[in-house]
Amino acid sequence: MSYLSTENEDGVLVVTLDQPGEKVNKLDEQLIGEFQDLLQNTDPDSIEGIVLVSGKESNFIAGADVEMLKNKSAPEGIEELSRRGNKLLLKLENYPKPVVAAIHGSCIGGGMEVAMACNYRVASEHSDTTMGQPEVQLGLLPGGGGTQRLPRLIGVQNALTYMLTGKTIYPRKAYKLGLVDELTHRDAVLTAAKKAVAKINKDNFERKDKRSLLHQLMEGLSPLRKIIYSQARKRSKSKTKGNYPAPDKIIDCVKEGYENGMEAGLELESVNFGKLAATPESEALVNLFFAMQGAKKNSDEDKGREVEKIGVLGAGLMGSGIADVSANNDYRVLLKDQTVEQAGEGKKDIWQRLEKKRKKHIISSFERDRISSLVTPTETYKGFKNTDLVIEAVFEDLDLKQSILQEVEEATSDHAIFASNTSSLPIEDIADAADRPEQVVGMHYFSPVPKMPLLEIITTDQTADWVTATAREVGIQQGKHVIVVNDGPGFYTTRILSPFMNEALMLLEEGIAIKELDSHMKNFGFPVGPAALFDEVGIDVAAHITKVLNDLFAERGVNPSTKPEELFEAGYKGRKNKKGFYRYKQENGKTKKDEPNEEIYEFFGGSGRTSMDADTVQQRMTLTMVNEAAWCLQEDILHNPVDGDLGAVLGLGFPPFLGGPFRYIDREGADTIVERLQKYEQKHGPRFTPADILKEHAQSGEKFHQD
Amino acid sequence: MADQSTNGSQLEAVIVDGGRIPFQRSGTGYNDLMAYDLGRLAVEGIISRAPIDGGDLDRVIMGTVIQDVNTSNVARESALGAGIPNHVPAHTVTQACISSNQAVTSAINLIKAGQAKAVLAGGTETMSDIPIRFRKTFRQKLLEARKYKSISDFLKFFKGLRPSHLLPEIPAIAEFSTGETMGESCDRMAAHFGISRQEQDEYALRSHQLAAKATNEGWLDPELLPAAVPPDFDTIEHDNTFREDTSMEKLEKLSPAFIKPHGTITAGNSSAFTDGASASLIMEKEAALQKGITPKAYLRGYTYVAQDPEDELLLGPAYATPKVLDAMGLQLSDIDVFEFHEAFAGQILTVLKTLNSDTFAQEKLDRDQKVGEIPMDKFNCWGGSLSLGHPFGATGVRLVTTAANRLHHEDGELALVAACAAGGQGHAIVLERFDG
Repeated sequence: MSYLSTENEDGVLVVTLDQPGEKVNKLDEQLIGEFQDLLQNTDPDSIEGIVLVSGKESNFIAGADVEMLKNKSAPEGIEELSRRGNKLLLKLENYPKPVVAAIHGSCIGGGMEVAMACNYRVASEHSDTTMGQPEVQLGLLPGGGGTQRLPRLIGVQNALTYMLTGKTIYPRKAYKLGLVDELTHRDAVLTAAKKAVAKINKDNFERKDKRSLLHQLMEGLSPLRKIIYSQARKRSKSKTKGNYPAPDKIIDCVKEGYENGMEAGLELESVNFGKLAATPESEALVNLFFAMQGAKKNSDEDKGREVEKIGVLGAGLMGSGIADVSANNDYRVLLKDQTVEQAGEGKKDIWQRLEKKRKKHIISSFERDRISSLVTPTETYKGFKNTDLVIEAVFEDLDLKQSILQEVEEATSDHAIFASNTSSLPIEDIADAADRPEQVVGMHYFSPVPKMPLLEIITTDQTADWVTATAREVGIQQGKHVIVVNDGPGFYTTRILSPFMNEALMLLEEGIAIKELDSHMKNFGFPVGPAALFDEVGIDVAAHITKVLNDLFAERGVNPSTKPEELFEAGYKGRKNKKGFYRYKQENGKTKKDEPNEEIYEFFGGSGRTSMDADTVQQRMTLTMVNEAAWCLQEDILHNPVDGDLGAVLGLGFPPFLGGPFRYIDREGADTIVERLQKYEQKHGPRFTPADILKEHAQSGEKFHQD
Repeated sequence: MADQSTNGSQLEAVIVDGGRIPFQRSGTGYNDLMAYDLGRLAVEGIISRAPIDGGDLDRVIMGTVIQDVNTSNVARESALGAGIPNHVPAHTVTQACISSNQAVTSAINLIKAGQAKAVLAGGTETMSDIPIRFRKTFRQKLLEARKYKSISDFLKFFKGLRPSHLLPEIPAIAEFSTGETMGESCDRMAAHFGISRQEQDEYALRSHQLAAKATNEGWLDPELLPAAVPPDFDTIEHDNTFREDTSMEKLEKLSPAFIKPHGTITAGNSSAFTDGASASLIMEKEAALQKGITPKAYLRGYTYVAQDPEDELLLGPAYATPKVLDAMGLQLSDIDVFEFHEAFAGQILTVLKTLNSDTFAQEKLDRDQKVGEIPMDKFNCWGGSLSLGHPFGATGVRLVTTAANRLHHEDGELALVAACAAGGQGHAIVLERFDG
């Protein structure tokens, strides 16, 4: 055995899980095999019980090995794997002597399923300790008995909530729910687990039902349970628009197990697990998962230089967001704006988010103080001398950005990097004003920065390698998935968004209603509709982007809609001035989106709207984005299709179950995509002209992704 | 230049930067904050604009007078709370109103002894949240109750307990040894040295007018660290302590605050209860220069003195000034910038008078001649504790910082900082401008 080591401590068999050469323990076939052998070869009469503990510093079992799932044939191989696992865990659960899990660190997915098969769980209160069943996020279900054991431990309703969202469960909550039986500090979990073995042997531990009275009542009666299942289906349907098959299957398994017994439940779980693994949705999500992991790694880490202190210019939504993710990851930040009061407002936002976390007991008031103290509002460049990186998030104006760049070069030392958070201006143009153009880079964050997982780094021909490596490292430290792209108007994300938004305006001009347009795109899988997105991004920003990208599209014979400019001149800015495609109302001090703004139709041919076929709308919209992504790959804006997929999904909300533009092309076939584009090209002109690279792939049949 | 504490060591201490969050009258801008919060804001302000990172510090030392039992080592809590890395040790010093002077001189000692290259020295004080205790009887009962087990034990708790035992005990600003408040003591001292009410009011007026002028001219800006106060984050940028509109007529109308009716000390010519915090970055000169940092001033010789807390409670500077000058071989006339702590106008005038008195010199200082007359055009030119406020534990670093800034502003070479403190103690230190 190489994963498991055992030691008999006072009659208790302590089994330590420690996968050699890995940072985390993962549930894989070897682990299952070793477990089987261990149970087979241990005489229950020779021991008092078993304690499972991890040999890793901060994880119990971090989850099933996703690589293993990818390499198995679906559905058969995966189904078989799940059966094998379930058989083992049943054996563990029914072992004649008590089996106790001593949990410190992440105990996720398959790890949590192993823990749940034990008779008793002790967990550390440490913030490293996290539990959860996030399989749904990979288009899968908990295939190791999770759909059966979790409802039995914490109730059907609670279990469905966690399995359908994949939400993390922190130790205190886990204890409250009844998922863990005891909490202690990290260095006492093993002792507590051994004591638990003795306790169970002596008193036959009986778990208290921790469900609320309402839950007990609802779940105790079969007709009420039916309501629970149908409500859960309804809720997930409204969220997934039917694009994700996993939630329904999860509910099926829970229902089967609860109504017809565990054995039936486990059987259906294995079958459904195999089925889900074979879906293109799951395949796309799993590929995305690997791409996201890759975007958290910096292969050039040693090329980068140390960053301790970051200057952020502009304390608006973007600037304070960038300061937020920096301070939360231990960088000291000078947050500069025109007045110290404005800068203070930015700090206030950060503090309020921390305060929210404090109220939820995620951090202490001291942690709130410490993190917020890392952000100092200022109106001068005092203290910028030893900043290693300055990120500007000022108004999108080339002259302004250039003059800011010069100020920064003046105020900082020779080693400082200047990063622009522009969303469209070519970095090269900004760097024109630089004394140290090799230290100028684009760091394009997405709003709201603390929530959006993507950072798009833009390099020019002049950007030094160490500068790119440093910026990437900072982005990863800030918790972002980082893609690096080449410079150009709109780089990658803004550039592919632009024709997509343009198409929305075209459709509006053709007569579609705002609500219909948005609802078609949401049903297709985008998190927000394009009209709502206009309001969020800002119509003023859209007008600016249209201008910046104009030449680029003109070269291809495309004349983008002039509506953004017209709307902007008529005073439309979107949510920020509550005048956009939607109306806005004030509720509890927050601006809330209301019904579509009918007045805006005067720019789109008047109030008479015509209904349009969903498929046409969805295809026209999506194809423009997908085609533009191909242009970006062709023109070397993108280094590879993986970055293109990540950028579109994480930055723009491209439907994750489609895996990104390039996965989508591969799935549909480049020839099909080209065919559709050409069909629309005939009707609507050159904005649908397929990129050459698409035609090449269509001809050769080659895929963009090799795996 | 001669330096009293150079023991053949070549290590020299310099002040690189100093600052304070704007001082606020107690119960105003910082009403909801703890001393820890104020200290945190000052440390954050100075380290965020510092040419070095928090992790480069070898020590954090902060002065405080009235301690909050929850943060008894307030320096450590403030440092951690301001994001200074765990590995930087921090300790709190206390010596009444010269607590942060003690922080500065402790920093100098660490540097001269080769123990530290960079020290953050500061101080913090809130008078808006002083610890109010139960009386002794009730405190004892509460402590005993922790050992109670049975119900009958708990019944014991009420035995002999009277409602009056529940009255809180608010600490007074009184000498423990003499039982006299500082105001009373100073009032007697001013009377003893013949300082009139009018002189005191005139001095107070000067202090307020100079503070207002320095503020309006922006001279204080380099030492002011804007404080964004949670939860509203309205930024406090200036002191709210001085009264620009005060006048002799207004000051004359006030009645004596301590000794009634014959006293001369009023609320108008005393320093007021103030909340605030200060911080300075003190480094070993060569270490600073190696990092390309231009210090503001050398921290040269310093001294501490102590006298009878009964009759000379606040006369420390009159003793400390000649002592430090003599030790460094300096005359009063060599000094270009004077920054003295103003506890009361009566106190500062007594100090000035005794320094300029042959009799005092002969009787108390064992000198043939008076120390000398301090030219008022070099004395506390940007206001003082009377007008800028006096958060006990934070004032010392304010004095040192202002002195260093004034040396550059007024093109002086040497500055003398002096301050008195409860307990009959005093302090003085000499700064020399650093020219890069």
